[in-house]
Amino acid sequence: MIEFQAVTKKYPDGTVAVDGLDLVVDAGKITVFVGPSGCGKTTSLRMINRMIDPTSGTILLDGKDIRESDPPLLRRGIGYVIQHAGLFPHRTVLDNVATVPMLTGKNKRAARSRAAELLELVGLPTEMGKRYPAQLSGGQQQRVGVARALAADPPVLLMDEPFSAVDPIVRDDLQQQLLRLQSELDKTIVFVTHDIDEAIKLGDRVAVFRVGGRLAQYATPSELLAKPADDFVSSFVGRDRGYRALGFLTATGVPVGPVATVKIGETAAEPGWVVVVDERNRPLGWLDQGSTSDAASADDVVSGGSLYEVDGAAGTAGSLRNALDAALSSPAGVGIAVDADGAVAGSVKAEAVLEALATARRTGEVPA
Amino acid sequence: MNVDWPWPWLPRNVDKIVEATGEHLYLALLPVLAGLVISVPLGWAASRWPAVRLVLVPLAGVLYTIPSLALITLVPLLLGTKIIDPLNVQVPLAIYTIALLVRSVTDALLAVPGEVTAAATAIGFRPAKRFLAVELPLAVPVIVAGLRVAAVSAMSLTAVGALIGIGGLGGLITEGFRRNNAVEMVVAIALILVIALIIDALLLLAGKVITPWTRVRQGAAK
Repeated sequence: MIEFQAVTKKYPDGTVAVDGLDLVVDAGKITVFVGPSGCGKTTSLRMINRMIDPTSGTILLDGKDIRESDPPLLRRGIGYVIQHAGLFPHRTVLDNVATVPMLTGKNKRAARSRAAELLELVGLPTEMGKRYPAQLSGGQQQRVGVARALAADPPVLLMDEPFSAVDPIVRDDLQQQLLRLQSELDKTIVFVTHDIDEAIKLGDRVAVFRVGGRLAQYATPSELLAKPADDFVSSFVGRDRGYRALGFLTATGVPVGPVATVKIGETAAEPGWVVVVDERNRPLGWLDQGSTSDAASADDVVSGGSLYEVDGAAGTAGSLRNALDAALSSPAGVGIAVDADGAVAGSVKAEAVLEALATARRTGEVPA
Repeated sequence: MNVDWPWPWLPRNVDKIVEATGEHLYLALLPVLAGLVISVPLGWAASRWPAVRLVLVPLAGVLYTIPSLALITLVPLLLGTKIIDPLNVQVPLAIYTIALLVRSVTDALLAVPGEVTAAATAIGFRPAKRFLAVELPLAVPVIVAGLRVAAVSAMSLTAVGALIGIGGLGGLITEGFRRNNAVEMVVAIALILVIALIIDALLLLAGKVITPWTRVRQGAAK
């Protein structure tokens, strides 16, 4: 647990980076600091490992004032991932990761074998350990950065805009991986970003900072979307927050209806919109059977919208947001539900999603 | 000038040539090494504190513009050394080396990416260890480039020392001039050139060997 008590950072030129911050970071959770540039989020992060010392106030790490710790020793117990990874260009990937265990007194051999384990953990092939950072892509470098931060198995991980310099697809991958790692490792993670979507996706709790270093709101992502504390937070959270809040509700209550399907190359029994499927019943797209009486050919297929995944056997389903988006993005007006194998399971209607939302409101699952 | 060509001079003076070459190398390389050792902490200070940089870097530039002849004749007066002390040549050479390298070391250290030093600090390096393990190695390519210039200049500047009686191969040039011995002069000049090229090549090679990361192909691994 990390506790900020009335922490203020004022620079000699009078700039106030952080202004009277009181905040408790829960152990074993991901806490995201988010806000526009100049809001003090990175300064707050760097005060935790004493890269920056506060002007006044106290920071407690597991109940102990961090000022009592020798900074280098304190830092060896706190993993740190930086934007652009900050890998050492002159050391191989393996030795980059082995740096921290070696600093903490492990011999080279033990440190390297630990480093090899970590490369595997973050999804990099062991051979890559022999390369230099310049030979890796941005996303791969960032994975090495995460491996290096985890190398000494620190209970706390600080991540300073780690994924902001990679392209959106790679970023999505890295975010998924972080969530997967966290579900196994249960670290206390403080994550800084300027991207509210990233904050909502990753955070167990999100601290929204405003310019001038003041905490505007500290809440769970669903609370933040449902009940922004003020105009600043609601404008920062952005448009479509009602829609995005649906992402936190599972769609298990939404009924999956029937849907007409036709195998590619065959002719549909009835006119109207049908889902064209392949031999394994996976959707290829929609066909408006009124427009042709010929067999369904790949040329006539209109690509359908997003798919909504349900697993009847396991009783799990995607979110209300997935279900609604599937319905809204489909040319036929109903969304395609697929099972875990990707085969068509049925259809989902927008009205059904809205009814499920109304039920969730009544039962108090959604903060009203 | 009335030049004759006493070719037999060469085989009769092999010992003398070898001795002069050895002396030349000793006179030139020791100050380059000393200059390097002194430049690293100076460059570190200049890279760390802007005020130091504002003084040191221009000062180094000014030192380098002092004519070698002036420096070589002035140093013995300033140091109070004996007339044939090798330091009379080595101290000026060290000064030239420092003048060249302070700038290289400063620039090289300033060019180390901020996120790399920040990451090193955040990982728990103490400042001295961080300098030796991260910043200095990354500065090596630029420092070696400066060192090559300094070493090659030292090879030719050493010859100027012959004017005060300590010049290694330079001594052969002045002696050849006095005795109208063109072969002696040509041999000395050629040897200075050859050892300068050899030292340059050795430094280039050593620089490559100790910085394997600069030779890798850039870009994403598949």
